[in-house]
Amino acid sequence: MSLHPAINEKDHAKGNLKATLEIVEYGDYQCPYCGAAYPVLNEMMKEFGSQVKFVFRNFPLSEIHPSARIAALAAEAAALQGKFWEMHDAIYNDQSHLHTKDLLQRATSLGLDMDKFANDLEEEDLANRIDADFESGIRSGVNGTPSFFINGKKFDGGADNLLQLLRESTETN
Amino acid sequence: MLQPSEVAPDFTLYATPDQKITLSEFKGRNVILAFYPADWSPVCSDQMALYNETLPFFKKYDAEIFGISVDSKWCHFAFEQSRNLHFPLLADFEPKGAVAKKYGVYDEDEGECKRALFVINKAGVIAWSYVSPTAINPGADGILDALESLVTIG
Repeated sequence: MSLHPAINEKDHAKGNLKATLEIVEYGDYQCPYCGAAYPVLNEMMKEFGSQVKFVFRNFPLSEIHPSARIAALAAEAAALQGKFWEMHDAIYNDQSHLHTKDLLQRATSLGLDMDKFANDLEEEDLANRIDADFESGIRSGVNGTPSFFINGKKFDGGADNLLQLLRESTETN
Repeated sequence: MLQPSEVAPDFTLYATPDQKITLSEFKGRNVILAFYPADWSPVCSDQMALYNETLPFFKKYDAEIFGISVDSKWCHFAFEQSRNLHFPLLADFEPKGAVAKKYGVYDEDEGECKRALFVINKAGVIAWSYVSPTAINPGADGILDALESLVTIG
């Protein structure tokens, strides 16, 4: 199964943005498995950040994770002020506090313009963006979170397997 | 397993503790049947939770989805409530697995339905079918591709 659409300028990316090795995560901010994957992915970026372009797309399963969507909106609203990854990290560092007031508190700590942030949370454009991410996940064969794609191909494994794969492939080089 | 262009066998199964659903009542709509082994599989990779979120996309193609397993109507009822599911789970419970057997997707060794998907068109004919390894959640992309091709055929 392959990634639709391919990585584009709308995506949130970090690492080496020119790397030929591109990894995409479809994740949910309230999913415990995504939370467990988070430190592993950090380790991966610490070791391989110069060789990997890492992209995060939203895949909130809102019915089983009622805070997943508002958390995704918070990250997207932070992105409008250039702080997507800061909010992303702040959320995954403490998944047990995902109420709106907790997210507003994080935004304050990140020094965001709070009037704009609160307004942006209600913006239809942001909601549409999350829906578009979700639809792209569905069409790409995402069946749960986290799901990973390597260079556009679905990877059948978790963050641990991904890190292991990178370590093995660099050893053989 | 039944293949495309075969007529989808009709059936009547419990959808709630006191209500039954008959497949042929849905002629004129597209129908997705998602056979699965059992309620209560792990949450984040749960196939039914995924379809729950995909309902708006299915609706776009005028498609109803039904989950089917051999669990009883009361088990389904509790599972639906726990996962906030907004589509019916049908109980292929008595005689056990009878509908799954008609569709050729009953696992005799486990006494459960296989993980199998059918897309049935508005005329009640199977347009697409797929069985995935039991441990693998097949996602929704195959279903959406099949529904999309129904639209292009007209």
